Amino acid sequence: MHETSVTTRELTRRFGRFVAVDRVSIEVGSGEIFGFLGANGAGKTTLIRVLCGLLKPTTGEATVAGYDVYTQSERIKQNIGYMSQRFSLYEDLTVAENIEFYGGIYGLARTKLRQKEKEILKNFGLHRHADSLTAGLPFGFKQRLALGCAMLHEPPILFLDEPTSGVDPRARREFWDTIHETAGRGTTVLVTTHFMEEAEYCNRVLIMHVGRIIALDTPDALKSRFEKRTMQEVFLELVGKEIGETRTRGQHGEQGEKP
Amino acid sequence: MTAPETRGIQITNFRKLYGKTEAVKEVSLSVERGELFGLIGPDGAGKTTLMRAVCTLLVPDGGTVLVQGRDAARDIAAVRARLGYMPQRFSLYQDLTVEQNLRFFADLFQVRQKEREGRLEELYRFSRLGPFKKRRAGALSGGMRQKLALSCALVHTPETLVLDEPTTGVDPVSRHEFWEILRAIQKEGTTILVSTAYLDEADRCDRVALMHEGRIVAVGTPEEIKAGFRHVLYRLAGRDARELRRFFSGLPQVHSTQLFGDAVHVVFAKKPGQSDWEEWRHALEGKLEHWSPERPSVEDVFLELIGSGR
Ligand SMILES: Nc1ncnc2c1ncn2[C@@H]1O[C@H](COP(=O)(O)OP(=O)(O)OP(=O)(O)O)[C@@H](O)[C@H]1O
Ligand SMILES: [Mg+2]
Repeated sequence: MHETSVTTRELTRRFGRFVAVDRVSIEVGSGEIFGFLGANGAGKTTLIRVLCGLLKPTTGEATVAGYDVYTQSERIKQNIGYMSQRFSLYEDLTVAENIEFYGGIYGLARTKLRQKEKEILKNFGLHRHADSLTAGLPFGFKQRLALGCAMLHEPPILFLDEPTSGVDPRARREFWDTIHETAGRGTTVLVTTHFMEEAEYCNRVLIMHVGRIIALDTPDALKSRFEKRTMQEVFLELVGKEIGETRTRGQHGEQGEKP
Repeated sequence: MTAPETRGIQITNFRKLYGKTEAVKEVSLSVERGELFGLIGPDGAGKTTLMRAVCTLLVPDGGTVLVQGRDAARDIAAVRARLGYMPQRFSLYQDLTVEQNLRFFADLFQVRQKEREGRLEELYRFSRLGPFKKRRAGALSGGMRQKLALSCALVHTPETLVLDEPTTGVDPVSRHEFWEILRAIQKEGTTILVSTAYLDEADRCDRVALMHEGRIVAVGTPEEIKAGFRHVLYRLAGRDARELRRFFSGLPQVHSTQLFGDAVHVVFAKKPGQSDWEEWRHALEGKLEHWSPERPSVEDVFLELIGSGR
């Protein structure tokens, strides 16, 4: 984790007068699994969309894979995989056709595409559904297909926005195994989640609140700093307090001590 | 036990086919009036199909579904009039503001003026959308939109409320508050059927059913479900949870292993002895720092029943 693959400095994005991302500075190393946490509306998706070159920042700086978000968004798109919170699959195509379609977009050669298609169908447990229409698939299967499509061109950086929302506990664990393998091969993974135990699977996590960074560290460091046993308790303490209605109902959270 | 026609929901030998696949296979289930009942199960288990049947949205290929005594396949209008339903993918009016959406649904469900304002205030509080009343639904974050959809489904107090994974994408603080609201609605007598992928939420239900491959494989109070765990569970902690898991998953006496945050849950066929632990600790060269018997959670039972994590 020496090279940095994502760097931002005082990155800010406004919608009219509303500040969705507020002076965020981060450095993410290659091969790192970097988690974004925060209450609904904290600015996670907005930040990711800026980093993917899909939204221009209002002020501040950011580079992704060495490319500038203001001027080189096309280069960025070639170097990242992005799985959006409302991922876009073609519902009226079959699973295999979706993979072929995305392969076309990324300009994969035919033989390479065949190989990747086999790999995805196998690794994501989709082989039985290759010829099923995407529209009829259970939600969790669509989710896996969307990840597969986002990784087709083997990008060095992956942005995953709530990849496990609505996915059952077994499938979520399999999903995280895949994320770990992918990161183990050197891919940088930036991921958002509302499952706090998944935060523990990240190398570092960023906790956002109304656009700002309120904590950024390894899960272990955060737990010991706030004297909590789990990330769920850390989150409820930190974000709950910010929201102004602390409800740390965790087994160890009754004391309400100051950090 | 109450008579079938006086139950909140009575499903008897229900079957549903899609083409040649049997999505739900001869399922029977009863939910008492005023009960808060949870439905859990892996993707594709048939939960949504079952819920849609309760909501009169599909015709069974066998069996019957009674909702407050009325047949959901025949008495469609009467069932619908007394039912609230939030599908997995709920469509809001993207061009309307938060407030306009809520008022639209309040009108639609004919919520009386004197109850309306109180309910809306309560919903704004849980969703924390109060400051965003004037924002278009289309400009909300994913979770904010989910909370608005949920609020729209909760503006009225129907006899029966069916919620299909309502908390997907909702943050932990709001999830907590959402369940308080569900409890309040239940107190008014509503029968609630709710599915979820967050298994800690199963503990907040009066009873839950676990579905797998179109069947119900367990049903009971959360305590009864947990008591159904058939193996011996230990929680392990140490420097490298993934390494610990790899080690234990290779042992013959281990049934399965799962990561639970920074800990590992190891399921044994029978209780290991102290000497086993000493041997493993030694073999792991200090990586294993802590182990203790663990009370199974609903999630452990779920994983045991659907079989995973060798
Ligand atoms: N096009 C837009 N116009 C106005 N406000 C917007 C727009 N897009 C996003 N916002 C606002 O920016 C804030 C941050 O939204 P964002 O989607 O980044 O949150 P998030 O952290 O991803 O939340 P969630 O956990 O719900 O996905 C929200 O208040 C949202 O309403
Ligand atoms: Mg988001």
